[in-house]
Amino acid sequence: MLDLNTKKIKKNAYRVTKVRGETASRVRVPGGLLTAELLPLIQNIAETYGNGRIHLTTRQGFEIPGIKYTDMDAVNALLQPIIEKLNINQEIPGKGYTSAGTRNVSACIGSNTCPFATYNTTNFAKKMEQEIFPNDLHFKVAFTGCANDCIKTRMHDFGIIGMTEPQYEKERCMGCQACVKACKKKSVDALSVENYRIVRNTEKCVGCGECVINCPTRAWTRSPETYYRLVIMGRTGKRNPRLAEDFLVWATEDAIIKIVKNTYGFVNNYIDREAPGGKEHIGYIIDRTGFAEYKKWAMEGVELDPRTIVKGPVYWSGIHYD
Amino acid sequence: MGYQTTAEKMNAIFSDLSKDYLIYAPKRFVGDGTFTDIDTIRYGEITDLSEIEFAEKSDYSFKEVLLPISETLFYFTENEMKEADAPKKGAIVFLRSCDLHGLKRMDTIYLENGAVDTYYKRLRDNTKFILMGCENSFENCFCVSMGTQKSDDYDAYLKVDGDTVLVDSHWDYLDTALTGATQTQVIADSVTANDTVVTIPETVPQSLFDAPFWEEYGNRCIACGRCNFVCPTCTCFTMQDIFYTDNGKAGERRRVWASCHVDGYTDMAGGHAFRNDKGQRMRFKVMHKVNDYKRRFGTHMCIGCGRCDDVCPEYISFANCINKLNALVNDSAKEEN
Repeated sequence: MLDLNTKKIKKNAYRVTKVRGETASRVRVPGGLLTAELLPLIQNIAETYGNGRIHLTTRQGFEIPGIKYTDMDAVNALLQPIIEKLNINQEIPGKGYTSAGTRNVSACIGSNTCPFATYNTTNFAKKMEQEIFPNDLHFKVAFTGCANDCIKTRMHDFGIIGMTEPQYEKERCMGCQACVKACKKKSVDALSVENYRIVRNTEKCVGCGECVINCPTRAWTRSPETYYRLVIMGRTGKRNPRLAEDFLVWATEDAIIKIVKNTYGFVNNYIDREAPGGKEHIGYIIDRTGFAEYKKWAMEGVELDPRTIVKGPVYWSGIHYD
Repeated sequence: MGYQTTAEKMNAIFSDLSKDYLIYAPKRFVGDGTFTDIDTIRYGEITDLSEIEFAEKSDYSFKEVLLPISETLFYFTENEMKEADAPKKGAIVFLRSCDLHGLKRMDTIYLENGAVDTYYKRLRDNTKFILMGCENSFENCFCVSMGTQKSDDYDAYLKVDGDTVLVDSHWDYLDTALTGATQTQVIADSVTANDTVVTIPETVPQSLFDAPFWEEYGNRCIACGRCNFVCPTCTCFTMQDIFYTDNGKAGERRRVWASCHVDGYTDMAGGHAFRNDKGQRMRFKVMHKVNDYKRRFGTHMCIGCGRCDDVCPEYISFANCINKLNALVNDSAKEEN
């Protein structure tokens, strides 16, 4: 005789599945990077309490299906070392994940490995996770190292796309134009040549760093500061799937963290309390309140770098099925 | 004369010297590399010995001190021209043995190959060279194969060991400055073997110039020119005539580094280029480094620093190319017998 509070279960990062009596445990891996020593622990849960299978989620977590609801406490005990190793904020030790609304903060492989990445996406994702998890509100945040956007940040509530501000030392340039060719063919064609030297169109430049990567003499180098493009309110879903639009360009880490945290206040204030499961995507709330109201909440107390461009009003398009 | 002194004393000497010299040494440029969070070790001005990167090989060579990447030669107006001024100060350059041999190659090209290049000479004449020893061979080094692992042709040798500095001076100024320092025999650190061993064929028959061997490089090379730009013995340049945009009647002539791998190197009036294939560019470079130059000047051009192998983004190994070429030469010799 099972007597379950499904709402509590869901908040504990267990899924109510289609199989009667069986749940699935979602293991979050902020930034999508873990040490291999954790894999046997996940394997152990799947083989001891699950059905021996593990699903790799789109958000870079593990989902362990086929777990009996009655084994949740035992599974939570086995999750504990994983939670601790990954340094996940936890309200009650030993009780597993104490929220599931704010989803795993995902990241592309970033500058640990990828030659194109402009920053360490894993580190920023982990920092963001520390700031916003646990929370029951439905937030999706993703980090990507460059404008290629491999993690698809533009389908998230908050997408953080790395940017570097290319620095040009003209005396180190002999005019081979490797940067010009790369920018034209692989990026946005922001470079031109004047008197054998390179002129960067700062309006067009997306800070992808192709010029830096392709420069053979270090005439182009990266700015000491990393900048970010913050894109907001992309989503999938039934009614109006759409890509996120630019909010801040050339933004700093602190500004982005502050804006995401401010957004929790905005959502708390304006969420539809009657929404099914008390769950409503931020984007739909902004659609209701208008962008100006959201911006007022989001920018509260945010200190901007002089380079930062704030877009607005922001309009989204996407496909409307409603 | 050899001396043992302190870092403090040596820094004071360099501080005095800096009135008349710019001091260049391999330095770590943090975050300056091709990729995020990758440093570059390349030449820059220093004011303190602690700024010198002794522990690693520099990604770029010292050559940019004597042959700037971009150098204005003269300014012109409608009827007149004026040569660009030489730097007010001389230069002191810290470099390793292989690079000192590289200096000889540069001298050969710019001073002894027909007319003297005045722009090179005026820098060269005011430059002092300080040898940095090599306690260990670095990755891709093959100086021993090229016979460049030692050099006595320096103004000074300098080794920093904590607060102690060992100096072997061939420079009167330093001898005077170090009066009172402990005299001792100082022998420059040098390696006796490298992991990479290169065997250069005595002669390469003309028939191999068009061998299919080079075709593979045509597919692999991306013509970025990095191998040339990091090489201390690549000395090619091209010219840029600039007309100032506000006027159009005044301007300057610059010379800038050129690369036999980069598009445009063989472009001629009318648009014809005679070495479009990148495999042929590789052949041209390799044969120049370890065949043609020696026939003309008596030593190989390549000094075995291995920087071209360190830097190639496509992992093309120049050293391995020479060894493969050597095997090919041996095979073709057997066939003829």
